[in-house]
Amino acid sequence: MTTITEPKAVPEKRSLLAVFTRRETKPYINPYLGGFLLGVVLFLAFFITGNGLGASGGLNRILVFFEDLVAPGHIDQVPYLITLAGGALNALDSWIVFMTVGTLLGGFFSGWYNGRLKVETNRGPRIGHKARWVFAFLGGAFMGYGARMARGCTSGQALSGGAVLSAGSWAFMLAVFAGAYALAYFVRRLWN
Amino acid sequence: MAPFPLQLTELLGKYGAYFIYLLIGFGFGFVLESSGFGNSKKLAAQFYFKDMTVLKVMFGAIVTAMVLVFATSALGMLDYNLIWVNPTYLWPGIIGGLIMGIGFIIGGFCPGTSLVAAATWKLDGIFFALGVLFGIFVFGETVRSIDLFWHSSYLGRFTIMDWLGMPTGWVVLIIVVMALFMFWGSEQLEKIFGGKDPSKAPKFRYVGAGALILGALLLIPLGQPTNADKWDQISAEKEAQLENREVQISPAELLNTIHDHLLNLVMLDIRDEANYNLFHIADAQHVPFDNLAELVPGLHLEPENSVFVVMSNDESAATEAWKFLVAESIPNVYILEGGLNNWLATFAEEDNRIEALESSPDDSLRYQFAAALGGAFPASDPHINEYDLEFIPKIKLELKRGPTSGGCG
Repeated sequence: MTTITEPKAVPEKRSLLAVFTRRETKPYINPYLGGFLLGVVLFLAFFITGNGLGASGGLNRILVFFEDLVAPGHIDQVPYLITLAGGALNALDSWIVFMTVGTLLGGFFSGWYNGRLKVETNRGPRIGHKARWVFAFLGGAFMGYGARMARGCTSGQALSGGAVLSAGSWAFMLAVFAGAYALAYFVRRLWN
Repeated sequence: MAPFPLQLTELLGKYGAYFIYLLIGFGFGFVLESSGFGNSKKLAAQFYFKDMTVLKVMFGAIVTAMVLVFATSALGMLDYNLIWVNPTYLWPGIIGGLIMGIGFIIGGFCPGTSLVAAATWKLDGIFFALGVLFGIFVFGETVRSIDLFWHSSYLGRFTIMDWLGMPTGWVVLIIVVMALFMFWGSEQLEKIFGGKDPSKAPKFRYVGAGALILGALLLIPLGQPTNADKWDQISAEKEAQLENREVQISPAELLNTIHDHLLNLVMLDIRDEANYNLFHIADAQHVPFDNLAELVPGLHLEPENSVFVVMSNDESAATEAWKFLVAESIPNVYILEGGLNNWLATFAEEDNRIEALESSPDDSLRYQFAAALGGAFPASDPHINEYDLEFIPKIKLELKRGPTSGGCG
């Protein structure tokens, strides 16, 4: 925009979106500091509640809640789903759902505060937007399926179980890294 | 008893407790986003050794929380028994982990990080989160076909300490040293593959490394509380309960409880095998006193409506077992009043295969049996309708402290 002689004459029309996006983008914090802070949050979770952190459990319940709205009869026929939302049970009536909502809010707040709220698609230089979305969905599907099979995701199993020294969680964590590193070379075009 | 973790529902009500979880989740999301975990490129760079942020944050968090958890436990502030330790299902965990590794490198996130990516309007994060929901949906619909595998290789609450047979302090130290070595290795890899200069990394990381080592070293002489230590912490209150006979339930109440289908009753018969084989209550588990410790993790995984009843011939051995379990924070433990001798006096009158003796030493059977029928005597499983016994109910189901299921249920 070119210079206007009387900038104060017309009050700037601010869209709601601008409140969220017009902030200076700050760099990410140092990873060791991030690890320390995450460790403190994780410790407080254990210390206060006895539970660690989790994410996939909350997503699971949110999904089952909507399944229950659409097809309650189906829920009542599958043993695995009955325990979450069978009969009069509300799948959302669990601490893990509130933790998941909190995670979304915390991520949003940090993104806003640090000027990182932006509609964008992070992708490697050799892959288009749509391809990235397809692979993101596909990867998510693998993650979701694997997380249920392993009874927890990177947060609920690896991070939380790892910190309280569950042997199974450590085996799980090594498997996640092994799987990703083993495949990384073959999908390098996605990221490099 | 160690004051933490708190019984949040009792203190704040259900929604108050949920609010605490919301706050913890907020902290979790805030730190994830601040560390760059909303950016898939940064996460994926981990697997090409260009940017080892994932490893540094993750292991940094694990060792920080680990040292704090075991330090507060050693100081008697935190009850490790009440901490949710993910039960081990070895092979489902490993195979599930491999599948997740594939998802990680293709999709660029894990479920938690995709949440903060979606919350900061990253479209790839939103597509990933939708994919997670789809994967979860597919699992829910197909779990029946892999049910056997999904429940296989179950080891219960199985820690690295159990696996290595080493004390907690040493395990913590080994893991701290391992993590520090990995941090050093990451910095070398970042120098080679990512062109980063490790000398520019902040110096405070040496302070952190020193603090972790120091904390881990202190844990070795400090040790974790033994059963006797835990009993000492609670003995005043619990001795009074024993003294006032608040926890000794009569045979009549036990019989009623056996037939109460709203309760999950676990009966632990802690006599020797010979006595158990002569006579025991139907469904009572035989657990010699020395094996009680191994049983504790499993008892903690019993559902919330569980009542545990320990029994011996009279009361003295059962009382010791009661003290042991109560010190390990098992909720709702009771003693069979007067032991099996009292049970037989109540329910075995008409059985001529069971004869009362004139006298017997303390905590030995006061009866003589024509045959060792174990749990097959009528008195092992008395018909509740045949007895109309009055008793003062003593069982009060107390709310379980700490988690009943992990973060993934």
